[in-house]
Amino acid sequence: MKVTFWGTRGSLASPGPDTVRYGGNTSCVSVEGVEGTVIVLDAGTGIRTLGMHLSHEITRIHIMLTHLHMDHIQGLPFFAPLRRKGAEVHIWGPASNTLSLNARLQKYLSPPLFPVSLRELAAEVIFHELPGDAFEIGELSIRSHLIIHPNPTIGYRLECSGAAVTYMPDHEPALGAVTYPREKEWTSGYILAEGSDLLVHDAQFTEQEYQTRVGFGHSSIRHAMQFAMLAGVKEFVPFHHDPAHSDDELDRMFEESQAELRPSFTVTPSREGMSLEVEC
Amino acid sequence: MSQQEIEVILSRHLAEYLAMPIFIVNPEGDLMFYNEQAEVILGRRYNETGPMPASVWSIAFHPVDEEGNPIPPEELPLMIAIRERRPAHKIFSIRGMDGDMHRIEVTALPLIGQANRFLGGIAIFWESEPS
Repeated sequence: MKVTFWGTRGSLASPGPDTVRYGGNTSCVSVEGVEGTVIVLDAGTGIRTLGMHLSHEITRIHIMLTHLHMDHIQGLPFFAPLRRKGAEVHIWGPASNTLSLNARLQKYLSPPLFPVSLRELAAEVIFHELPGDAFEIGELSIRSHLIIHPNPTIGYRLECSGAAVTYMPDHEPALGAVTYPREKEWTSGYILAEGSDLLVHDAQFTEQEYQTRVGFGHSSIRHAMQFAMLAGVKEFVPFHHDPAHSDDELDRMFEESQAELRPSFTVTPSREGMSLEVEC
Repeated sequence: MSQQEIEVILSRHLAEYLAMPIFIVNPEGDLMFYNEQAEVILGRRYNETGPMPASVWSIAFHPVDEEGNPIPPEELPLMIAIRERRPAHKIFSIRGMDGDMHRIEVTALPLIGQANRFLGGIAIFWESEPS
């Protein structure tokens, strides 16, 4: 599987000279299977660039939304395949007890917040609500599970011939835990992350910042790394960088946390434009 | 290894912080957790009992009504809450595992999560003075 990062920033797009190396676009990651199946994880502002790079020959695209916070859906109407007649775009996302996924997305994709509605786009859009049973798209098998973050939020695990990539961009597994890390059975997201070859996980805050942001739904780099250790992953990719953190500050955060916890796995902080290969 | 549902994890976390005795069961009624305040009344630490099947915990505390008659498991508020998926409330007495009797007032609720998933039940209880 080829995993490419089109947007790595959390909360708010933050372009500028201080964020050039890690990137300023919000959450969007593509996973391409060995047979060419493409899954798009989240539709933050990074999805615009992905849309420009996708081959016109790909006519069926799956976008998997973890949740509907603005930094994960803002790029959706700028995704070129949605404006392409003949394209079939499947949008997967969390279910709600009150409104359909389509109806909730229309709240953003309609006037006065946005001038064009989803139904005015040329592509055929098909909605699917999760979590549910595991399912397959092409050569990829996909599992979803609710994880701790304000408003229903889903984590995804994509597998190909036993290799696994897990994506949890917004996740606070330490929320309310009297001790952390705690037992695997009582840790949010463990069921998805267990033994992953690649874990893409929220690492928005420093430990000090986290103390005043408990309950915001995000992790400190320390908590994220401890979660990766508990889950026994092979490679950990810190993600959802805080918009207030400059490239230099992120360098420092990642260096200090690795020096403190000395993980046995590889730590590869996510950078916009970066691609990683996971062998199937 | 499996993992508890998110709503159950958050319920346990909340119970660990609250100063009210709380008892959490799964959809089958099997005990999943009780907090420190519940340990005082139940007479044993959760770490010592661990999870318990409904058939065990529902008689382990010898629940009796105001007249001293044993209460069958199916009439306990928590068992009503998970069977009928509605709140249930009752005053009765139990014998803790340390042998002490406690008159308690129990409110039990079904635990229903996202997409109307039935996840079990929660009982909140208090020591109750005789009326």
